[in-house]
Amino acid sequence: MKQILFDRVSKSFDGERAAVHRVSFEVPAGSLVVLLGPSGCGKTTLLKMVNRLVEPTSGRICMDETDIRSLEVTALRRQIGYVIQQVGLFPHMTVGENIGVVPQLNGWKREQIAARVAELLELVHLPPEFASRYPSQLSGGQQQRVGLARALAADPGVLLMDEPFGAIDAITRASLQDQLIELQQRLRKTVLFVTHDVDEALRLADRIAVLRRGELVQYDEPCALLSRPADDFVRELLNADDRVRQLGLIRVEAVMRPLPPDFRPGVLPALESSADLRTALSLLLQPGVQALEITREGRPAGVLDFEDLRSRTCQPLQ
Amino acid sequence: MIASWLYAAGHQAEVLEALREHVLLSGSALLVAVVTCLPLGIWTARSRAVSAAAINLVNALRVIPSLAVLFIVVPVLGLSTRSAAVALILLAMPPVLLNTDAAFRSLDPAVIEAARSTGMTRLQILVKVEFPLAFPVILTGVRTAAVEVIASATLAAFVGSGGLGVFITRGFALFDYAILMVGAVPVALLALMAEGILAGFQKMARIPA
Repeated sequence: MKQILFDRVSKSFDGERAAVHRVSFEVPAGSLVVLLGPSGCGKTTLLKMVNRLVEPTSGRICMDETDIRSLEVTALRRQIGYVIQQVGLFPHMTVGENIGVVPQLNGWKREQIAARVAELLELVHLPPEFASRYPSQLSGGQQQRVGLARALAADPGVLLMDEPFGAIDAITRASLQDQLIELQQRLRKTVLFVTHDVDEALRLADRIAVLRRGELVQYDEPCALLSRPADDFVRELLNADDRVRQLGLIRVEAVMRPLPPDFRPGVLPALESSADLRTALSLLLQPGVQALEITREGRPAGVLDFEDLRSRTCQPLQ
Repeated sequence: MIASWLYAAGHQAEVLEALREHVLLSGSALLVAVVTCLPLGIWTARSRAVSAAAINLVNALRVIPSLAVLFIVVPVLGLSTRSAAVALILLAMPPVLLNTDAAFRSLDPAVIEAARSTGMTRLQILVKVEFPLAFPVILTGVRTAAVEVIASATLAAFVGSGGLGVFITRGFALFDYAILMVGAVPVALLALMAEGILAGFQKMARIPA
């Protein structure tokens, strides 16, 4: 778990207009930040500067206050998991060997690696016998699970994901997104996630950095972004006026109220905090339901009623 | 055929010696070509411009027949095995170089990027990822080179450095097909054998798809 700081980072390729221009923001440790913007906005370039696949022209990037340029590049990369849209599994290695690449580079023992591979396959919901298969024998969704397992293998503090679900069919993509949310709740990595898919961004992000033509337009929580878009570009990009659609994308925990002091658990209908507001709304629309008990891992964590939904949801201000 | 068999039986020692020379000459020419062209091909593949230049140069040189190369080299190196070796090395180089270059240029950039992102050093990426993936294509080049070299090593007889070509030139001179066959058939068999062995290697190195 590491904090990442971008400090006036710029990048221009061969004297062209800057691909990234003076971008500064901070990714809090353990949070999932989405870099969102149309293609060519510099989000991938920004991401690749974190593991130094691309070097900034000016500015600096720090991980836990350490300038990443002061670290050896191979050492830096081994602390950062990297998942890309094309997956990039090594086709001549088995799934197990693919996942074990970084542990092996770090000099782990055979049995240690085998145990870790088994653990990771379970984590990404793949059967253990997949370890001996080759990438070409897997479906696209399965390959990306392996890609994720490979990135997590040496338990890196930071995870960089570049449109990881972009080439995957809609149904599998939704299930992978759910899994990422679930994984993130358990592992609490610092995740930087690039996408141009607004729905995906709203579903996954703790915070969203909206980029346009290499510049950071707005950096905020999903709700704040929807209710206070910095300009028309952000408003249109997020389709901030369509509130019904937003309900399906925002998690209950973002708008729930803390438990009142006189709260008695088990009285109200319960809902997991990771559920979306649409589910919450359909429960609230049932006759006789005044409010919901929001639970986290089975324990009460907050409450939500219709008024909360209306007043605390991301409403665009007119 | 029977005449060839009788001739070979009568000159057993000479045939075996010629076979040995032939294998040695082809083998060493091939080895030198691989050892030089492998790094060269890896290097040319790094840059599109260098790669294009190398390919064009090599293709231009390829047009010169080995026999001509031999007559260019002989005044310099004399009537020797060295002259024959130079001609054969030049013959073996293009397929090895072109295939190595093509193999490395056609590697999936996403796979290489993934390799870099895991924190492998350049050498580790080359050894663990790039080379294993390029190997089957490189081997195709080596196969082509091997067959060409084994066939062309018959030319060595022209410059007096032996090999199975001795019987071919002798048969030609004496207008005796039987003697010619004593050289030609083993050359063909050798080429087929080399092809078979390398194909076997290639099968082992195949990337699961």
